[in-house]
Amino acid sequence: MKRRLVRAAKRVGLYGAALTFTVFAVFPFYWMFLTAFKQDRDLYVGGTVTTHIPWIFNDPPTLEHVQLLFRQTLYPTWVRNTVWIGGLVVLITLIFALPAGYALARLTGRWGERLGIGIFLTYLIPPTLLFIPFSRVIAVLGLQNSPWALVLVYPTFTIPFCTWLLMGFFRSIPRDIEEQAMIDGYSRLSAMRKVVLPLAISGILTAAIFAFTLVMQDFVYALTFISSVGKMTVSLGIPVALVRGDVFYWGSLMAAALITSVPIAIVYNLFIDRFIAGLTAGAVKG
Amino acid sequence: MTQDAAGTPRPVGGERVALKEAESVVVAAPAIFRRRTLADREDALGRLLLAPALLYVVLLVGVPFGMAVLLSFSAARSGTLTFPWVGLQNFWTIAADPQFRLALRNTTLFTVVSQVLVMVLATAAANVLEAAFFGRRGVRMLLLLPWAVPVSLAAMAWTWIFDSTFSVVNWTLRAVGLLKGWLYWFGDPTLAMIAIITVHVWRMFPFATVIVLAGMSAIPAEIREAAVVDGASFWRRLFQINLPLLLPVVTVAVLFGVVFTSTDLSVVYLLTRGGPYNSTHVLASLAFQRGILGADLGQGAAIALFLLPVLVVVAILMLRVARRAEVGG
Repeated sequence: MKRRLVRAAKRVGLYGAALTFTVFAVFPFYWMFLTAFKQDRDLYVGGTVTTHIPWIFNDPPTLEHVQLLFRQTLYPTWVRNTVWIGGLVVLITLIFALPAGYALARLTGRWGERLGIGIFLTYLIPPTLLFIPFSRVIAVLGLQNSPWALVLVYPTFTIPFCTWLLMGFFRSIPRDIEEQAMIDGYSRLSAMRKVVLPLAISGILTAAIFAFTLVMQDFVYALTFISSVGKMTVSLGIPVALVRGDVFYWGSLMAAALITSVPIAIVYNLFIDRFIAGLTAGAVKG
Repeated sequence: MTQDAAGTPRPVGGERVALKEAESVVVAAPAIFRRRTLADREDALGRLLLAPALLYVVLLVGVPFGMAVLLSFSAARSGTLTFPWVGLQNFWTIAADPQFRLALRNTTLFTVVSQVLVMVLATAAANVLEAAFFGRRGVRMLLLLPWAVPVSLAAMAWTWIFDSTFSVVNWTLRAVGLLKGWLYWFGDPTLAMIAIITVHVWRMFPFATVIVLAGMSAIPAEIREAAVVDGASFWRRLFQINLPLLLPVVTVAVLFGVVFTSTDLSVVYLLTRGGPYNSTHVLASLAFQRGILGADLGQGAAIALFLLPVLVVVAILMLRVARRAEVGG
């Protein structure tokens, strides 16, 4: 009886701890959600008012902030900017990273493995170290306050990242398949195009989506290069430009943050295992 | 070199060489010759396929990186394209600047404190999640949210959470009776630092947890079962079996965390703008303020350059972990 009690207590403790960790991780998102749908009179009640509980909807939820966001702010423009910049960057990234990833996986052998790690490490060179020289490069090219500056700069982190991601994908496709195709008379290039590429399509899609989310996550480069509100991307416009004078539109701001985060979060969850497998680069032996 | 023995002039993949050697015993000589030329061409093809990506990276990461170093020795300003060489003057200037020293201290403080907390929390969380669990996939999904969300948006959510008038943190602390007065999170240097560290921990610990969990599931079950059968206690299993085996994985998680925390600009920039009274600036935000807002590219570059040693150490350690895994596996 006593032993069972102890076990039950341990179980409760474990679940309690798990719950605490999860709540800490999720709480800001819950807060975004509450803020996005609360009426103003429910939202802007000072924290000293102990009778008003901020954790719940005290008045019925409203779509007011979301409507304001889409109709009276530049949020739709920022989304459009992000989509076309992101789309172009993905295209550029794939053009460069696909052949490189394939070459690293198949053709350059052990030396290629080193190079693969090297390329991944360049992904770790942070924007913080590069935004100052880049601002000079952008000035020389005359691209100040132009979204094209971002199109040029974003591939500097998406190409290394995707090359390395694609390298992993190509490695997972058995060599035999293309060797068989080559024995059957295909050249290396047509074996690549007709046999390997169709098999790697899920990997290519993963790389494309990840590249797009990396673009969405950038703040530093956008902050450095873009100054016109109409040319901003979502991750710059939302924090910097959803302000009226000195007052933030908190409801709309949190709605925008929530709407922008959810798709990225879903994508990350779909592909995280592959990401971790590559990230730990053999530190985890599977 | 086995390659030389097989007669291949250029290094090819290790397995390929082994395969070729094995075959060369069985297969007739002409086949070896044909394969060798194919390998040669493949090598050229490999370089051709790699070249564009390498070129892009070299031109747009390597060159700016070199420029970052050069700029730090110049009095370059944005607005003009001149490049006046001033030697070490920028470094003397910032070395004498108390604000720079504070930023250097803050960067170190934020990074070390947050990563220690991340390490402790992540190991604890991973152990808990490993032991309990109904709905682990769901929890893991939720844990990834802080990592996936664009950091600038997360920083805004936290800015709102720590708001000077509407802070839910204060409300809750008051409701449970832990707080009598009011905390102005961004009005007091210590509180502002706590807020910044909280955001960094929040952002990195769930991701580290997921990595450690992945590492745990890779520890062979026999080892742990053997430890349980031999009667090792929970703590003993933790410190003598799990942690040593997890060390490489935890290292990777922490190194990643160090890079992302020490170089982050958005959290400080959006939460406090370096305030109150410039007390929370980090190297990244100070470099931005001096280099971009203040147009003094040279000084900005010099400030940012102080992040380089951290990154070099991280890169070396990363390579070590990777190499060890390579050798061991």
